[in-house]
Amino acid sequence: MIGTVTPIVTPKIEWLALAPEIALGAAGVLIVLAKALMRRRPGVFGLSIVIAFVGVMTSGAFIGKQWVDVRHGGPFTTIRGMVALDGFGVFLGMVVLIATVLALLLSIRYLQREGLDAPEYLALMLLSAAGMLAMTTAGDLVVVFVALEILSIPLYVLAGFDRRRLTSQEAGMKYFVLGAFSSAVFLYGIALVYGATGTTSLTGIARFLAGNTVVHEGVLYAGLALLLVGLGFKVAASPFHMWTPDVYQGAPTPVTAFMASATKAAGFAALLRVLGTAFGLYKADWHLAIFGLATLSLVVGSVAGLVQRDVKRLLAYSSIAHAGYVLMGLEAATARGFAAALLYLFVYAFMVIGAFAVVLLVGRRGDESHDLDDYRGLAGRAPMLAGALTFFLLAQAGMPFTGGFVVKLQVFAATIQAGQYAMTIVGVLASVVAAFYYLRVVVAMYMSEPDGAPTPVLRIDPATALVLVAAVAVTLFIGFLPGTFLHFARDATLIFRA
Amino acid sequence: MEGFPILTAIILTPFVGALVTMVLPRRRPEYVRVVGFVATAATLGFAGALLYSFHTHSGGYQFVENTSWMGTLGVRYHLGVDGISLFMVVLTALLFPLGLLGAGDIEERLKAFTVWMLVLESALLGVFLALDLVLFFVFFEIVLVPMYFIIGQWGHGRRVYAATKFFLYTMTGSAFLLVGLLSVAFLHQASTGRLTFDLPTLMQWTSAPGNLSSVTSKALFLAFFAAFAVKVPLFPLHTWLPDAHTEAPTAGSVILAGVLLKMGTYGFLRFSLQLFPRAAVSLAPLLLVLATIGIVYGAIVAAMQPDLKRIIAYSSVAHLGFVVLGIFALTTQGIEGGVFTMISHGLTTGALFLLVGMLSDRRHTREVAAFGGLWKSIPVLSGLFLLATFASIGLPGLSGFVGEFLALIGTFIVHRPYAIVSAVGVILAAVYLLWAFQRVFTGVPDGENATLRDISVRELSTVVPLLALSLFLGIYPKPVIDRVQPSVQALICHVERTTNYRQPAVAVGGGAVAAKRTDPCAGVSK
Repeated sequence: MIGTVTPIVTPKIEWLALAPEIALGAAGVLIVLAKALMRRRPGVFGLSIVIAFVGVMTSGAFIGKQWVDVRHGGPFTTIRGMVALDGFGVFLGMVVLIATVLALLLSIRYLQREGLDAPEYLALMLLSAAGMLAMTTAGDLVVVFVALEILSIPLYVLAGFDRRRLTSQEAGMKYFVLGAFSSAVFLYGIALVYGATGTTSLTGIARFLAGNTVVHEGVLYAGLALLLVGLGFKVAASPFHMWTPDVYQGAPTPVTAFMASATKAAGFAALLRVLGTAFGLYKADWHLAIFGLATLSLVVGSVAGLVQRDVKRLLAYSSIAHAGYVLMGLEAATARGFAAALLYLFVYAFMVIGAFAVVLLVGRRGDESHDLDDYRGLAGRAPMLAGALTFFLLAQAGMPFTGGFVVKLQVFAATIQAGQYAMTIVGVLASVVAAFYYLRVVVAMYMSEPDGAPTPVLRIDPATALVLVAAVAVTLFIGFLPGTFLHFARDATLIFRA
Repeated sequence: MEGFPILTAIILTPFVGALVTMVLPRRRPEYVRVVGFVATAATLGFAGALLYSFHTHSGGYQFVENTSWMGTLGVRYHLGVDGISLFMVVLTALLFPLGLLGAGDIEERLKAFTVWMLVLESALLGVFLALDLVLFFVFFEIVLVPMYFIIGQWGHGRRVYAATKFFLYTMTGSAFLLVGLLSVAFLHQASTGRLTFDLPTLMQWTSAPGNLSSVTSKALFLAFFAAFAVKVPLFPLHTWLPDAHTEAPTAGSVILAGVLLKMGTYGFLRFSLQLFPRAAVSLAPLLLVLATIGIVYGAIVAAMQPDLKRIIAYSSVAHLGFVVLGIFALTTQGIEGGVFTMISHGLTTGALFLLVGMLSDRRHTREVAAFGGLWKSIPVLSGLFLLATFASIGLPGLSGFVGEFLALIGTFIVHRPYAIVSAVGVILAAVYLLWAFQRVFTGVPDGENATLRDISVRELSTVVPLLALSLFLGIYPKPVIDRVQPSVQALICHVERTTNYRQPAVAVGGGAVAAKRTDPCAGVSK
């Protein structure tokens, strides 16, 4: 019988909340389309670059609009709580976008140098960035998972993009196998949490935990633990860091820079949101786990870095240590701690991309000259590059008048305020140990004579120069005048709560 | 002068010089030298103006500047100068132009060297002028970077090893300082609700009874102690010093010994004693023991060194031991002696390092055994060396005597055994320095030693001001004492007001302005 048809109720969608992701995704699809239509015609790569930057800029404009909206209208959720738009998400979205722009700038010249100038590379990077943006505003564990997959799958391909180089293949393979495994673990964690609470919504979980006593706590804890494993993998926190050195070393250098900055930011976005929003009440339970993760990351990242001779590996271990500092902010589990973690991710993006920009140039054609010996006497051959790398390394070591100092100070202040003295002492001592291996690179560049045949002059292309200048300028500016920046980031802690 | 931010000008002038030097062409070293010299000389000019307009009989901070720096963290750009920091600033401003002048031997990468020296000067001046804990830490820590490069790039032999050791030792110490200062600020915030790193504010809070438990205050004292003890350096944390001093280029050694070490003793005076007077009083014996060991040990080890620079380096361990001894005797004379020795050591050791630098420029060695009979071949240089040696030993009439004598007296009236043991150090200093002098300068010159050229005008102009000042202060220390004493008195009164500790009345009697005053610490029950 034909009666009244009940329309399917669709949730109301705030398109603005999705606009940045859509812009990036659309740009990625357009690039693939352009490639399909134009085949091998000259100019397809150039066109793809233009599309990529238009996409990123559009996305950036939307993010800017979101920032203004959230500041004036307050945080809100949309699509039945699937997407949570708040200062926190938008701020990390900006970090991701900035990292994407810088990584794209690094990629252009790199791809031409290596003869890899395929538009697909750009499309993959944009799609991955779209996944990251989705991750930063995810309001539901299922969305987190979908975003995780969107960001990871292109990254697996990107890590193995230089298929002539065995190490790149290895990196792609290793990242894929372990990444898929960690995604599965994460998914299983979602299932267990759903089993315990009956919902996958982050605010729903928080509400449930606030209003009910969980009978089978074991299921909830197991679920939470598995979520931590999955996200710990993405942010390269120890003991889930095993892939990091190999993948960072093998992946094309711009991809490594992208992973170290953007992926870390996105992974931490999910981690902070899951722990802060959904499991905020269970702080006492996850606190010890985060303490363990942070301590291990700091110790492994600083100590294992001491014996590295490959600069990319060394920076990989350094990035593990930096994950530890961000985790310290989480460990404090206060508003100050969360703000410190956000600031850290912002500044770290510039410090690490800047460092990899120099590594990229010194790596030369073939992307393989990354041994410390290749840096010997760099100060004489390329004083600007050596100076820039020294600056980024000192900033990462937390020297004053760099952004690195300001954010470390914030993190330490947060842990001290929370009374976590042991955590703070681990942190400060780890920074001393790490300083030693940063200095090894500096010694190679400034205090060792180059050996063997004279190497050709290193040319800095305009795009890479732009990246270097931007990274130095931002890191210095925050170091000298952190005032405005700190206020800016404080607005980012408007976390959407249940 | 009123309204002009002279302290900021003092800190920024070298930094601006560094920026200017950066854009100079690398092929024109003469421009680099001129800019470097002008910047440091201008800083000295500002420091002179500061000295001139400083109100002599005031113990508080003067020329204070105070604006917000890191808003949400309550960190402020707070500068001020008192009698203790005044002379550190002047000493720093004086040693840099002389150091640059003495670095005439540096031809290679002169531009980078000058930039690092100027940055270093800014940072050091900042250390002595900062009155905000974070601001102080920032300057304290950034000093490492230029010094690391100066030792590592322009040093001798094992320069990389020495530079890295210096960097890591100091950074480890300051890691604890950072934890300590954050802890103080957040304890203060937890109790008053206000987050600040302002030294005067925190000082009032920490010294009010009941705010810090005895254990906490000792723990915090030790956290600060870790950073300052490495810098001084106190035995057994001193092992970076001989390496760093020996391997550094001449200008680096002058600054290291002349100014860098004082960051530690200055830190004790400015922060440890002011913030944690109770812990300082109860832990003073520990510091006195370490200082005494440093004095005797430094002197004995110095006597055994085959390298002239190493002898002077170890003598610094001994001299700085006197400074710490004087400070933690916690008497007016003791602290005055400590501060005076800080100044005097900067002058005399600076001169000695410059002179040794001249010798090694000529002979390309610093081995004591390689020299002999230089008095006959280069009498002027030898004479200056002898004067510097006497000043360093503490011969009456030269500045070294005044400081060590005051420090020893100040210790003697409260801690007799330490003073007696430490006095041996004075004799040992005469032994190792005169013995070294005898082996290097007396006798008959042979081979290369016979044909050296004597001191040049440029070299003369670096050493003479230092020795002249040393002589002047040795004969007439009053200008320094007058300015230092009110601040020292305020410090002692602060300690007395906070603790049960009272310095004996005899200690108050010393000094130049004693006659005018009956009870220096009004309001302290005797």
